[in-house]
Amino acid sequence: MNAKQKDKLATVVLYLIAGIIVLILASLLGYILVQGLPHVSWHFLTSPARAFAAGGGIGIQLFNSFYLLLLAMLISVPISLGAGIYLAEYAKANRLTDVIRTAIEILSSLPSVVVGLFGFLVFVLQFHFGFSILSGALALTMFNLPLLTRNIEDSLRQVDFAQREAGLALGLSRWETVIHVVIPEALPGIITGMILGAGRVFGEAAALIYTAGQSAPALNFADWNPLNIASPLNVFRPAETLAVHIWKINSEGIQPDAAAVSAGASAVLILAVLLFNVLARFLGRRLYKKMTAE
Amino acid sequence: MQNYSLTDTFIRPFDQGQEIALATSALKVFYDDHEALHGVSLPFERYKITALIGASGSGKSTFLRSLNRMNDTIEGTRVTGSIMYRGVDINSKQVDVYEMRKHIGMVFQRPNPFAKSIYDNITFAPRRFGEHNKEKLDQLVEQSLKDAALWDQVKDDLHQSGLALSGGQQQRLCIARAIAMKPDILLLDEPASALDPISTSTVEDTLLQLKDHYTIIIVTHNMQQAARISDYTAFFYSGTAIEYDETRKIFTRPKIKATEDYVSGHFG
Amino acid sequence: MDPIRAAMLKRSRSAKRERRGKLISLVCISLIVLVVAAIFFFVASRGLATFFDNKVNLWAFLSQSVWSPAVNDAHGNPQVGALPMIVGSFGVTFLSAIVATPFAVGAAIFMTEISPRLGAKILQPVIELLVGIPSVVYGFIGLSVVVPAIRHAFGGTGFGILAGTFVLFVMILPTVTSMTVDALHAVPRYYREASLALGATRWQTISRVVLRAALPGILTGVVFGMARAFGEALAVQMVIGNAALLPHNLISPASTLTSVLTAGIGNTVMGSLENNALWSLALLLLLMSLAFNLVIRWIGKKGEMKR
Repeated sequence: MNAKQKDKLATVVLYLIAGIIVLILASLLGYILVQGLPHVSWHFLTSPARAFAAGGGIGIQLFNSFYLLLLAMLISVPISLGAGIYLAEYAKANRLTDVIRTAIEILSSLPSVVVGLFGFLVFVLQFHFGFSILSGALALTMFNLPLLTRNIEDSLRQVDFAQREAGLALGLSRWETVIHVVIPEALPGIITGMILGAGRVFGEAAALIYTAGQSAPALNFADWNPLNIASPLNVFRPAETLAVHIWKINSEGIQPDAAAVSAGASAVLILAVLLFNVLARFLGRRLYKKMTAE
Repeated sequence: MQNYSLTDTFIRPFDQGQEIALATSALKVFYDDHEALHGVSLPFERYKITALIGASGSGKSTFLRSLNRMNDTIEGTRVTGSIMYRGVDINSKQVDVYEMRKHIGMVFQRPNPFAKSIYDNITFAPRRFGEHNKEKLDQLVEQSLKDAALWDQVKDDLHQSGLALSGGQQQRLCIARAIAMKPDILLLDEPASALDPISTSTVEDTLLQLKDHYTIIIVTHNMQQAARISDYTAFFYSGTAIEYDETRKIFTRPKIKATEDYVSGHFG
Repeated sequence: MDPIRAAMLKRSRSAKRERRGKLISLVCISLIVLVVAAIFFFVASRGLATFFDNKVNLWAFLSQSVWSPAVNDAHGNPQVGALPMIVGSFGVTFLSAIVATPFAVGAAIFMTEISPRLGAKILQPVIELLVGIPSVVYGFIGLSVVVPAIRHAFGGTGFGILAGTFVLFVMILPTVTSMTVDALHAVPRYYREASLALGATRWQTISRVVLRAALPGILTGVVFGMARAFGEALAVQMVIGNAALLPHNLISPASTLTSVLTAGIGNTVMGSLENNALWSLALLLLLMSLAFNLVIRWIGKKGEMKR
């Protein structure tokens, strides 16, 4: 076979590989949606799960997922904002900064199950938070921090240094300049990263099994006093999320309709993650256009 | 290009009667271990335009940036000698660098308006410093833009983004932003180098207007520009101020060979 | 006195804000470093208890293949041989990397060299979507599609290393692909132009020039993928069969460090040997993730030296 023929063959093989990957995704999505969507109904989305009988929904799990996500973001966004500012604006090129960067890199590459186990050990047992939303949110925060921090640092670095000089030359401090000039300009990137992070958090289960727990006690959606145990807002109640629910019914579920429920739940989960993705792109682009006055 | 002596210098003396706004003495700037300025001592007269000229790498920009401590932002920068302003050395520990920069403003080579509206570009810093009176802010915007010769072009769309302006307009917006702080001294680092000839001449007119109220120190690559607008000119060469005199004299009867060669275009 | 001079000699509001802001950012970053230190401290202190408190031999832990911490053997020693899990974890990791790498590199070449237009329009979003799919969904599909398919084709239960490999292959594919794309993009254009100008075909240029230049970056991507596969818990746990036995073949039920951990930690009593032994597995997982990190750094350094 000569070089020309080899070149032809390689091109064909590469097209084939690309095709196979597209096919894999298409069949994944197709399977989940075809299996799952018929099961998704208003009843399914709003009613509580059943342990032994068919016909259970995912209402509480869905709420838990969003509530947990919200809390985790509320904790992790300010911290990673501060940390990202430190790395982008104040960190000097020295050993200490190397150590900090290495620590963040390690944290981002830790298996989420290890993060979950640490959360179990510290928040659930040591701090006596028990299996609770709070423990789960803190575990998700640890899981989320390194990525958000890196994203925020990168977004801040993308803003021209001349913008900082402009602020400084007016007599503003670096901090004021960063907060009022640089962050607004970096916002499209930061928001995109945050939403993508939210998507990741939304689908995370391994870090939650032993922190937020695997049970979803009934909630009273008329009771919005966060101190009551049946209140949806209570942060000390155990809270199985949608992702954990899928794992749970598949590994030890005894519902007769486990397959249908998981397919339905998976479809909802995937649609939510897709939505996060689309939202991230759309908002990022919109904000960017607005900022650059194009 | 030949090498010129760094000890063969002429620095013009100033009379008692001339008011000095800012004066450096034996100013050295180091980047890590590299000495970028070798002890520059220059006084600047109040309400005059002083131009700093010289080839790239001659240290003129480094010198300018040290006058309001913008070099602080570059890691590994060290400064010795003094910069006396209103009786204090701005590098001394007692001086608040942020307060100092309010009085010694700066405009940069590349226009760098904030990604905010024209109005907000100008009012942003004053508001941070506590001015919230709408009327006063409006007035400040109008006055600064008029001083920067931009008012007539933008008065109807003050709320559009500063980034939507042309390069020359952006630079004048930056000048307006700087003078809205009512600084004492205005430092300009090649403010027209990124602009077309028409914008350049508008910016030059603006500077001539501003001279009545501001002490201006401007770095420029462009010798015609220095000749057109400045009262004094300092020629920098290899990290040293070689000759400092009235602009007229620098361009017609320079005392030092290096200056003569530079202004006549033998190197640069 | 001169008011400007007086103002300059006072500490300004900006200076105070700067100090406070710097402090806030320092506290935030310290918090993250502290979390990392705490994770290492807690997991290590629990994980080492097996060896120091329960006097389990480290070598026995790593090399023996019977995992039943609750039952003592004939000599009265606890049986905590983690070999089955170690074999399982490395097995699925290496196999999935071996399967995923050609696909990932092929896809990356397609996206950068063959058809950047189709690559950006179709493959890029496909890759991003694959990253976005939560691991439990992969597990669910593995359980409801891959496992029955294997059962059908090869007999047995269908659970095992093969199923795990399949699931992980799809999961790490996007990671390796996007890092390979970055590596290929980093190869200067003139490398390609020089090679093509010498009369090489496109494939010769890709295989002999571009891939060689991008090798460190591609390897980094593969190791990243392996790290992800090694640490993945739920998707693997759902399809591997969860039998703490040395696998006879690719389709016999097996287990990984992560699968035993997720299944077991809730069912053991804190401080007991069974529990400590699980934490030792977690420690092993932690150390492996560290090792992957070191390998990535090492490759990065080697790659820099070559330039």
